Amino acid sequence: MAARPVALRQPRLDPARHALSMHSASAPRHPSSAAPAPRYGGAAIALHWLLAALLLGMLGMGWYMTGLPFSPQRLKLYNWHKWAGVAVLALAALRLAWRLAQRPPPLPARVAAAMPRWQRAAHHGVQGLLIALSLLVPLLGWAYSSAAGFQVVFLGLVPLPDLLPADEALAALVKPWHARAAYALAALALVHVLAALKHHWLDRDGLLARMWPGGARA
Amino acid sequence: MPVFLSRRAALAVLALAAATGAAHAQTPAPQALLPAQSEIAFVSRQMGVPVEGRFRKFDAQLALDPARPEAGRVALTVDMASATLGAREVDAELPKAAWFNVARFAQATFQSTGIRASGPGRYEVRGTLAIKGHEQPLTVPVSLAQSGATTLATGSFTLKRLAFKIGENEWADTSMVADDVQVRFKLAFSGVPKL
Repeated sequence: MAARPVALRQPRLDPARHALSMHSASAPRHPSSAAPAPRYGGAAIALHWLLAALLLGMLGMGWYMTGLPFSPQRLKLYNWHKWAGVAVLALAALRLAWRLAQRPPPLPARVAAAMPRWQRAAHHGVQGLLIALSLLVPLLGWAYSSAAGFQVVFLGLVPLPDLLPADEALAALVKPWHARAAYALAALALVHVLAALKHHWLDRDGLLARMWPGGARA
Repeated sequence: MPVFLSRRAALAVLALAAATGAAHAQTPAPQALLPAQSEIAFVSRQMGVPVEGRFRKFDAQLALDPARPEAGRVALTVDMASATLGAREVDAELPKAAWFNVARFAQATFQSTGIRASGPGRYEVRGTLAIKGHEQPLTVPVSLAQSGATTLATGSFTLKRLAFKIGENEWADTSMVADDVQVRFKLAFSGVPKL
């Protein structure tokens, strides 16, 4: 079932895929012989790396600020965290919209052929979940702030509507899920990075160049 | 409708007469706060975020004849330990020395020095507000509305928290917590004569 859209996109490689999947090392060893893989567009690359940097920063910030004692410093960081979270939500929504309007380039034929079925499934699954969690984590943070009785006011200027009514029990219910979703996002991002590095250093298939800012380097 | 109203009015008069007893005039009905229908809330701003809190425990003594408001008096006491923002973590901070210092100043008080009518059902109450050992003059516009035997006094005013040293040291920074705090109150009384 999953193979069908792939077969439609790259019909000429479909028969080879099954044969090559058992010996995945043989095909991608010579990427130079293939035409350069189609890259992501400039906007998609910019959004990807901007979100990556923001999310990494937010993870560290969230981890640090929740350990602080009650202080102006803590209050300040919480508010900055919320403002940055609004930016993450907006950028993630933009990235999703961009991805739907401007489909990402398909995997290069050789790379796709070299990937066993589970890797293709993981490839799509991880990318989809990364985007879904980039939306879900800030939404859960926003919902928690609303339930805790602290409206989110972007940059201290633009009040956002409350997602939940102020309710202490509700806040206690939502709070751990913001953290859990954030840790799940971090774990998936780690899988994503390891997979990208595996393609770059072990497979040497030039896949990373599709998303690397500034052009092909592989 | 008019028949119904007049009947209700007649009943109210009868009830009032029964409550005050046959001997009227010199001894007015005691005016008492109805805590369950009353509320004192305050809104502070933390980095632009309005945060609402309230006091769970307070009391008020009122002696007001709407016909002669100048002779009226009102006194309010607020139990500062009963303040809540609805967030446990913050509520634990409010009683501390930097904020309300409840250990030394358990109560905030308002004592009127003069009441004057400013319109139908509207009054201007002048007095002294004392919080955390600091006194400030205060004039509050108050609206009175009656329904049955209950008189509802509503109003709001803005106070400067730093004038009362609420939020000291590092918390005196008004870019973190604004100086202006809006206070809203709704006080229900029984026993106030008809407006």
